Amino acid sequence: MSNLARRRLTATLALGAAAVATAIGLAFLAAILWTLFSRGLGGLHWQVFTQTTPAPGSSGGLINAIYGSVVMTLLGVLIGAPIGILAATYLSEYGRTGRISMVIRFINDVLLSAPSIVIGLFVYTLVVVPMGHFSAIAGAISLGIIVIPVAVRTSEDMLRLVPQSMRHGSAALGAQPWRSITSIVYPAARSGLLTGVLLALARVSGETAPLLFTALNNQFWNAKLTQPMANLPVVIFQFATSPYKNWQSLAWAGALLITLFVLFLSVIARLVSRMFGVRESRVE
Amino acid sequence: MPAELILPYKSQLKREARAEAAFKTLTMVSAALVLVVLAGVLVALTYGAWPALSTFRLGFLTREIWNPVTNQFGALAALYGTVITSVIAMLIAVPLAFGIAVFLTETCPLGLRGPIGTCIELLAAVPSIVFGIWGLFVLAPILQHTVQPWIIDSFGDLPWIGKLFRGPPYGIGLMTAGFVLAIMVLPFVTSIMREVFLSTPRSLKEAAYGIGATQWEVVWDVVLPNSRAGVIGGVMLGLGRALGETMAVTFVVGNAHRISGSLLAPGTTISASIANEFTEAFGALYTSSLIALGLLLFVLTFVIIAAARLLLLRLEQRGARL
Repeated sequence: MSNLARRRLTATLALGAAAVATAIGLAFLAAILWTLFSRGLGGLHWQVFTQTTPAPGSSGGLINAIYGSVVMTLLGVLIGAPIGILAATYLSEYGRTGRISMVIRFINDVLLSAPSIVIGLFVYTLVVVPMGHFSAIAGAISLGIIVIPVAVRTSEDMLRLVPQSMRHGSAALGAQPWRSITSIVYPAARSGLLTGVLLALARVSGETAPLLFTALNNQFWNAKLTQPMANLPVVIFQFATSPYKNWQSLAWAGALLITLFVLFLSVIARLVSRMFGVRESRVE
Repeated sequence: MPAELILPYKSQLKREARAEAAFKTLTMVSAALVLVVLAGVLVALTYGAWPALSTFRLGFLTREIWNPVTNQFGALAALYGTVITSVIAMLIAVPLAFGIAVFLTETCPLGLRGPIGTCIELLAAVPSIVFGIWGLFVLAPILQHTVQPWIIDSFGDLPWIGKLFRGPPYGIGLMTAGFVLAIMVLPFVTSIMREVFLSTPRSLKEAAYGIGATQWEVVWDVVLPNSRAGVIGGVMLGLGRALGETMAVTFVVGNAHRISGSLLAPGTTISASIANEFTEAFGALYTSSLIALGLLLFVLTFVIIAAARLLLLRLEQRGARL
């Protein structure tokens, strides 16, 4: 075989392998979604949305867990997103080039990838131990802490996309920076900031580890924030590893619900950012 | 301007200035909170881990024993499992991610790049607990009945590395955990590789094509060396993820506090131990030992992620925002 033919063969084989790798990656996604639908749809009847989690063997639903997940996730975003956006405002508007901003950006990026179970331990020692018991508010705080780095990162990216000329124009009319920021920069970056909040929401909706020892679980209906509260991820964890058929089937139904919700949010976030023409900001 | 014209505005200006100071302080406090969270985690975990650390001292890191009955705790088995599962995950995920990134930046038809890239990234959005139950109910049986018996037959008798692949096929264990972790970190590593590949200067690639390089030679000899730092950064970021991942591993690792030598055997990881045992831990020393494990995990991932971020930061300063 000539030298050129060998090089061409290598290229074909290597690039073919790259295509196969992509097929494998897509196959994983397809396999997971297939399993979720084939096992989750069966358990997804109307009782799931009307009844609370059952005892082994009896029938029931997930309504207390769904309620708990919604409440704690929303509270978490309500805690984390404003702090994140304000911190991003400092990084982008006040201290853009400062040394301290460099440090904060760096630490924030590290926290973005930090293990969430450690945040759970942190909130356990900070909130659960002093309170003396597990509570929904502790769960919400741990989710809020996880939201902060996501919100900081995406919001800063989005605020930086606002052209400097808009800030200068506002300043030339005599506006103080805070007025320029709240009435010019924020509205200009609105869809970007919304994307960031949606991504943060998607990120914490499926979080399980930090809830294990903050919100714990609750077999019954509970709307009190100071008490342990059921939530989908922890219920899935407990039910999936149990030997009871009805619990396992509810776990699959819950897993399907939560995945659909998170995928839906991710897609919406992408659409929002694409619709308004913002460059996608990556959160890893 | 006459004084009476300025005066009405004076109070308004003062109000604006006060609002400015308040708003600026608010943003500064929020930004400082990021640092407070980091410091808080370190202080709180060290405080919680102190009883265990002062009892076992350095032995905590070097002992395999984990016995709640006799109150003897060592982190070695969990640390071993954490490192081994993450290494398996990276060995599988990195070549796959490289292949996907090459496909998406070079050979894939333009119209398909967006959709396929989005699908791979959606894999990152699937909650980790879903990977866990999928791993336990779908992947583990496949591994137990097909893949692992084949591995045991093919590699179990080899000298040196053979003992890594011996023992009964449990289905759950370090290898299964590594597999699931590989799928989980795949999208993260892929998206960073893709981004750095795309940042290769066009002129470099065109110059290589100009002297007759094949498409693969351009990838291997021009794009890859040019994006070396970014690729290493992406791999380390994936490693940081794998080390700290909890729920997916907890389902499939087997939760056995021992080092058995075989990759097929059940083991445990730091995060899985905490997730499994924390709410059921009895006694202060047990709880404290688990918090000490958490501190160890945080420090370990912090160092790796920080190193990865530093590498990527150098690239960012060259223009790419990763």
